[in-house]
Amino acid sequence: MNFFARFAQNRGALVGLIILTMIILMAISAPLLFPESPWRMVQRPFLPPLELDGFPMGTDTMGRNVAAGLMHGAWVSLLIGLVSTFVALVIGVPLGAIAGYYGGLLDDALMRFTEFFQIIPNFALAIVLVAIMQPSVTSIVLAIALVSWPPVARLVRAEFMSLRHREYVEAARLVGQSNRTIILRQILPNAMSPIIVMASLMVATAILLESSLSFLGLGDPNVMSWGYMIGAARTVIRQAWWLSFFPGLAILLTVLALNLVGEGLDDALNPKLSRERS
Amino acid sequence: MKKTLTLAIAAASIAATYAWAEEPRSGGIINTVIQPEPPSIIAGLHQNAPTQTVSGNIYESLLRYDTDLNPMPQLAHDWTVSDDGLVYTFNLHEDATWHDGKPFTSADVVFSTDVYLREMNPRTRTILSHVESIEAPDDHTVVFTLKNPFGPFLLAFEAGTMPMMPKHIYEGTDFRDNEANNHPVGTGPFKFESWDRGRVIQLVKNEDYYEQGLPYLDGINWHVIPDASSRAIAYENGTVDVLPANSVENFDIPRLSELDNTCRTEQGHEYFSPFAMLWINNREGPMADKRFRQAVMYALDREFARDVLWNGLGKVPLSAFGSNASFQDDSLPPYDHNPERARELLDEMGYDGEEVRLLPIPYGETWVRWAEAVKQNLQEVGINIRTQATDVGGWNQRLAEWDYDLAFTYLFQYGDPALGISRTYISSNIAKGSPWNNVEGYENERVDELFDLAATAYPDDKREEYYHEVQGILHDEVPVGWLLELGFPTIYSCDVKNLVTTGIGLNDGFKNAWLDR
Repeated sequence: MNFFARFAQNRGALVGLIILTMIILMAISAPLLFPESPWRMVQRPFLPPLELDGFPMGTDTMGRNVAAGLMHGAWVSLLIGLVSTFVALVIGVPLGAIAGYYGGLLDDALMRFTEFFQIIPNFALAIVLVAIMQPSVTSIVLAIALVSWPPVARLVRAEFMSLRHREYVEAARLVGQSNRTIILRQILPNAMSPIIVMASLMVATAILLESSLSFLGLGDPNVMSWGYMIGAARTVIRQAWWLSFFPGLAILLTVLALNLVGEGLDDALNPKLSRERS
Repeated sequence: MKKTLTLAIAAASIAATYAWAEEPRSGGIINTVIQPEPPSIIAGLHQNAPTQTVSGNIYESLLRYDTDLNPMPQLAHDWTVSDDGLVYTFNLHEDATWHDGKPFTSADVVFSTDVYLREMNPRTRTILSHVESIEAPDDHTVVFTLKNPFGPFLLAFEAGTMPMMPKHIYEGTDFRDNEANNHPVGTGPFKFESWDRGRVIQLVKNEDYYEQGLPYLDGINWHVIPDASSRAIAYENGTVDVLPANSVENFDIPRLSELDNTCRTEQGHEYFSPFAMLWINNREGPMADKRFRQAVMYALDREFARDVLWNGLGKVPLSAFGSNASFQDDSLPPYDHNPERARELLDEMGYDGEEVRLLPIPYGETWVRWAEAVKQNLQEVGINIRTQATDVGGWNQRLAEWDYDLAFTYLFQYGDPALGISRTYISSNIAKGSPWNNVEGYENERVDELFDLAATAYPDDKREEYYHEVQGILHDEVPVGWLLELGFPTIYSCDVKNLVTTGIGLNDGFKNAWLDR
C-alpha cells in the first residue's frame, strides 16, 4: 500500500485534511477576497451576521468586517504555527540528535539543559518571554518556539539512542563514514516519521498558544489574529455573540484538523504500529 | 470698595441649579466601587484619581464648585477678593471640627497650605508660588496675599488640590510616614471606619458635621472589584448602587443605562474636564514639521471615536482649550475629518513614508480600540504607522524618556488655562522624567510669554486677550493632537438622589446624596 492509501484509510485524517486545505485556501485567498485591511472600519458597529450583503459574519465593535478579520487571521495563525514549529525543530532536532548519538556526559549536560526549560509551565514562560521582548510577530514566534522544543529534543534523542546500535549504523561506521554523515544520512532519515507526526501536532499547539497570548492582549497589535478577535470581543460577549463565536470556531476547526492529520500521518508513516493497533 | 461674594448669592445659585423635588430623607448606606484600589486615602499624600474620590468625602477644602465652576462655600462660609486681585480673605465656619473632636481653625489652614501642601503636592506648590503670605488674623479668618494677580486662584480650593490637613496631627512629623496615615482625620461629612485591603473601604456618617442635617447617608462602602465585567454584574444584581466614571467598559454603558431604575449623568467632571490628547514628539522625524502635525489632525476621525467608542459622549475640541476651560476662543476653524487635505499636506512637506510609532495608553478596552482607530485613520492618509504594545509602567517610562513618536494620554484641565493647560505647552515645563509635563517638547517664545502674561493679568478681559492669541498660535502649530474632551458618565440606581450636584462630582458628592428606599 502506498503512503496516501494508508493515510486515507483513516477517515478522520481525510476530514482533517479537507478542513485544513480549506483553511489554507482561506488564508491564501484573503488578500484577493478582502483586499482592504481587516482593520478598516467599513460599516456601522455591531452589525449582526447575514444582515447586510458582504458582511456574512457581521461587524465588530468598531465596524470592522468580521469575515475579513477571520480570513486574514487564518494567514497569521498558520504562519505563526508553521514558523514557530520550524524554529522549534531547528533547536530541538540537533540537540536531541547530538545527545542521543554521543550519549555520556554530553547527553547528561544537554538533557539537564532541556529539563531546565521543561520544568517551567509552557504558557507562563511564553507570557514572560513575550512581555520582555515586546509583543510582535517575531517575539511571539520565538517565544512559542522556545517553549516547544524540549519535547522534540527528547523524542529525537530517544530515536537516536535506539537507532545508533542498528547494524546499518555499525556498517556505516565500519566503512569510515564520519559521525556527521552518519547522523545526517543514516539515522536522521529513519527517525523522520515520528518527528513529522509530532511537528503536525506542534503546529496545532502553537496556534493555540498564539491565540491565548493574543487573547491576553500580548499579540502583535499590528496584525489581525483569531486570538485577538476573541480577546477584543470578550467584553461585549453579551451584546454580540458572533464576535467571539466565529474566530472561536475557526480555532477549534484548525486545531482539530491538524490533530486529525497528525494521526493520519502517524498511521501512514508507521504502518506496522497502526496495523497492530487495529 | 470690596467685591463681596456672599453666602446668600452662593446659596441662591445652588438652589437654582438643583431643584429639590422631594424632601431628603436620612438613613441608609450606599454601596459603590473604587477602581483601582487606591494606595492610600490621605488627600494630601497621593494625587491618584481613586485616592481623591474616596478622600474627597473625608477631607474638605475651603470651597467647592458648581457645575459652572462658580465657587460655593465649604469650610469657608464667605470670602472676599480685593479690587486689585491681590488679597483673598476667607471667613471660616466657627463650629467645624476634626473627626477626632478638635476644633478646625485658621491655624490648620495656614499649616495645610503653607507647610504641608507646599511640601507634598507639586501642582499645589506651583499655584502657591504666586502667594506672598498666608496669615491668620484670628481663629476663623485667613488672608492670602498674592505677589501678583493670579486669575484662577479662587479655583484652587478644591478638596483634592488644597485639602485641609489637621495641624495637631501632622505638625513636626514626617508627613509621608505618619502613623495617622492609616486612619485619616478630616473635617468632612464622612469619617473613616475601616479598610479591608482588596475588599472594601467603609466610611460612616460624621454625626458632628457642622452643616446642620448633613449628610443624609449613614455610610458609604467602596468595594474593590478588580474586573470590569464583575463590576457591571455587581451593579446589575444590586450589590452596588453607584458605578463611578471609568469603572465599567464603555461598551457596557448603553446596556447598563437601559436597566430598570437606572439613572445616568455626565455631570460632575467639569472641574477636571478630562481631555484626551495625542502626544506628538515635536523633536524628531516628520513630527518636527508643522504640516505633518496638521495632517494628523485632518486625518483623525474624531466624531467616529466619540460616537462609537465613547457612546456619543464628550466634545470634539477645537484646539488646546476645552469647552469647560475659561477663555476658549470658539471662533477658530475646526480641524474637520479631511483625509484629502491631510494627504496634500503630507505631499507638500515631502513625507517619505518613514515609520511612525504609535503608543497606546493601556487603560482598558476602549483605549486599545481607540488606538486601532487612530492607526487606521493615519494609515489611510499614507502615514506609515506601527503600534507598540506596552503596559502602564512602560507607557509612563517611554513618555518620561521621550522615547515615542505618537502617544495617547489624557489630562485634567482644572477649570482654568493657568492651572491645567499652560503646563502642556510652556517650554519651562520640558523636563525628562515625567509623563505629565511638556512631553511633546514644543518650544515657542511667544507662547511662553503669552501664557505668563495671561496667568498674572488682571482683570479677566485682559487675560482673555492673551489667551485668544495663544490659542491661535497653538491651533496653527498643533504641538499635540487634540482628540476628545471626554464625557465620563456615572451610572447609578435612581433610588440615590442628589448624587452629583457639583463640578467635582462623586469626589465630594455623597455629602448631599440621600436614599429613597
